[in-house]
Amino acid sequence: MKETEKPEKGNQIIEEAAQAEYKYGFVTDIETEVIPKGLDEDVVRRISALKGEPEWLLEFRLKAYRHWLTLKAPTWGHVHVPEIDYQAISYYAAPRQLKKGGVEDIDPELKKTFDKLGIPLEEQLRLSGMAVDAVMDSVSVKTTYRERLAELGVIFCSISEAVKDYPDLVRKYLGKVVPYTDNFYAALNSAVFSDGSFVYIPKGVRCPMELSTYFRINAAQTGQFERTLIVADDDAYVSYLEGCTAPMRDENQLHAAIVEIIVEDRAEVKYSTVQNWYPGDKDGKGGIYNLVTKRGLCRGDHSKLSWTQVETGSAITWKYPSCVLKGDHSVGEFYSVALTNNWQEADTGTKMIHLGKNSTSTIVSKGISAGHSQNSYRGMVKIAPKATGCRNFTQCDSLLLSDTSGAHTFPVIEVGNDTSVVEHEATTSKINEDQIFYCNQRGIPTEDAVGLIVNGYAKEVMAKLPMEFAVEAQKLLSISLEGSVG
Amino acid sequence: MLVIKDLQASIEDKQILKGINLTVKPGEVHAIMGPNGSGKSTLSAVLTGNPAYTVTGGSVEFYGKDLLALSPEDRAHEGLFLSFQYPVEIPGVSMVNFMRTALNEKRKYFGQDPLSAADFLKLMREKRSIVQLDNKLASRAVNEGFSGGEKKRNEIFQMAMLEPKLSILDETDSGLDIDALRIVASGVNTLKSKENATIVITHYQRLLDYIKPDFVHVLYKGRIVMSAGPELALELEDKGYDWIKEQVDSQQ
Repeated sequence: MKETEKPEKGNQIIEEAAQAEYKYGFVTDIETEVIPKGLDEDVVRRISALKGEPEWLLEFRLKAYRHWLTLKAPTWGHVHVPEIDYQAISYYAAPRQLKKGGVEDIDPELKKTFDKLGIPLEEQLRLSGMAVDAVMDSVSVKTTYRERLAELGVIFCSISEAVKDYPDLVRKYLGKVVPYTDNFYAALNSAVFSDGSFVYIPKGVRCPMELSTYFRINAAQTGQFERTLIVADDDAYVSYLEGCTAPMRDENQLHAAIVEIIVEDRAEVKYSTVQNWYPGDKDGKGGIYNLVTKRGLCRGDHSKLSWTQVETGSAITWKYPSCVLKGDHSVGEFYSVALTNNWQEADTGTKMIHLGKNSTSTIVSKGISAGHSQNSYRGMVKIAPKATGCRNFTQCDSLLLSDTSGAHTFPVIEVGNDTSVVEHEATTSKINEDQIFYCNQRGIPTEDAVGLIVNGYAKEVMAKLPMEFAVEAQKLLSISLEGSVG
Repeated sequence: MLVIKDLQASIEDKQILKGINLTVKPGEVHAIMGPNGSGKSTLSAVLTGNPAYTVTGGSVEFYGKDLLALSPEDRAHEGLFLSFQYPVEIPGVSMVNFMRTALNEKRKYFGQDPLSAADFLKLMREKRSIVQLDNKLASRAVNEGFSGGEKKRNEIFQMAMLEPKLSILDETDSGLDIDALRIVASGVNTLKSKENATIVITHYQRLLDYIKPDFVHVLYKGRIVMSAGPELALELEDKGYDWIKEQVDSQQ
């Protein structure tokens, strides 16, 4: 490309990018019950009391809180999380609402919010047959299809309800995959987690519909600390989707979630995420800090856990959905597209811990960096000495769309025996001017051409998403890239 | 339809085109020949708006419009098509998706609704047969893993889909065996009409045995130094370019 032409075109495109809107940036005007800012033991007790929790859970929270006090925020990520004042955050915000019941009981403003997000809560309107748990700020607003699922023995409800209705199950599994001692943010979450989803698929049941949780941060100066727990018993199957958005606000907001998954013998869990938290504006002001711990335990033989994520939002992303492959012949998969634009920073990847014999794992990571963003893949493949006959294949690609963005790769491989095979492939490329011109010549404008090329690049991962999500995710990739070529 | 006047263009401050004059009317086939480095491919790149090149002088009118003022995609919508010498691969983007996007962009430009999926697939089937592309090829990613011959056939297939008014075939014969050459040429001839025109850029007479030009121009050092009827191509095949080079160089 002609150097003298470039800056002009670049500027114009950057200007357009600035105007590209984050279409979920609205705020719902709804009465919210917020407990005062700050964090101490009393706040932890108050959250627990507000939710009417049993003693053991309060103990769990308090232990986590006390442990958290001894920890420091991790600094090893290739992201710049500023000093967070944990006393300036409110740890509980609930839309003042409804007793649990039919849709008619839900505040119309709330219902409108989820309608606007394309998440209608009326069950009869759900053509796709997807069960939804909608979480606004700290609480679950509504879980659809609960009764129908219950006939099969499938439990799908908010974790607060699960604590009340299925205390033994929750107690048995909570904190078993991600203990509160795991890391700084996990400890914090364990102390103050407010709500999230709980899924239990009983033995031999194939969940007939996609289960989905939709997270929405609405209130200002609050943090969101949800907690998701999914258990697939022997021979069970479930596909679970997670989506998230937040209003545009000038201040940064903290999202520190935990997802724990347990997969028993021959069971399979597919966990898909389309993460679209508010990324901040073009100057890097505002946006969500997405500091999340997600981990699954393939406990049973021949169990399988598959993570698919499309990450386009958040000012900072720090997350590594991982698989502990404990069962023999267990299978772990991680398919990721992480797109960063403007001043976003993402440090994401996975850990595949092979403990069981003949366990296999696949990692496909596609990073896309535009604007001034920094995009890192961080991954670990660890094969224990006794885990013989294991296989891992890792493919890790980076695509750069600008001269001012960065792509980084931090892979760690530890193989403890000589009967296992580990493969790692990595590429870094820059978007090709010739490809764009080829599209232009066929009548496709540059913006659309970039969307097309990037979607093609990410196709392998997108193909893993459930149909309803794939279309949304494709659009999201194109929208997030608007005006990013220069 | 196309009037090029004194067109000058450069790449990275190197002047390549030094004043091209050329007029193309509907129904005509023009061949542009010339030795390597004479500016043939630059001409096609400049006409289609490749941003790597800078126009430094002259004008181009396309159906009365100032072609050089239009974006590359609008030039395409107005009916300008380039069959690339080196078609690029776009991994992961299926031909169906690519073509559908291209076609619907054109329809949008003319205020038409997008083509329905059924109508589009029907059109693809129809046009595919012109260059004997099989079904599988059309559902593969754009040019990915295509052989040289398949890539060129794919270019003509796209030309058939987009129904341009003026097609520029840039070295379409390069890298083709005789069978592929026949298929490509017969595709081009099938698409020929009284309303559209073709500019064939080539080194060799060979392609012109199949695509008969009305005019043959020789490009040398950024200028058209000779124009004549189809007999010129045969003469060039026979005598090479040296006699023209000598003639031009001695005049300078």
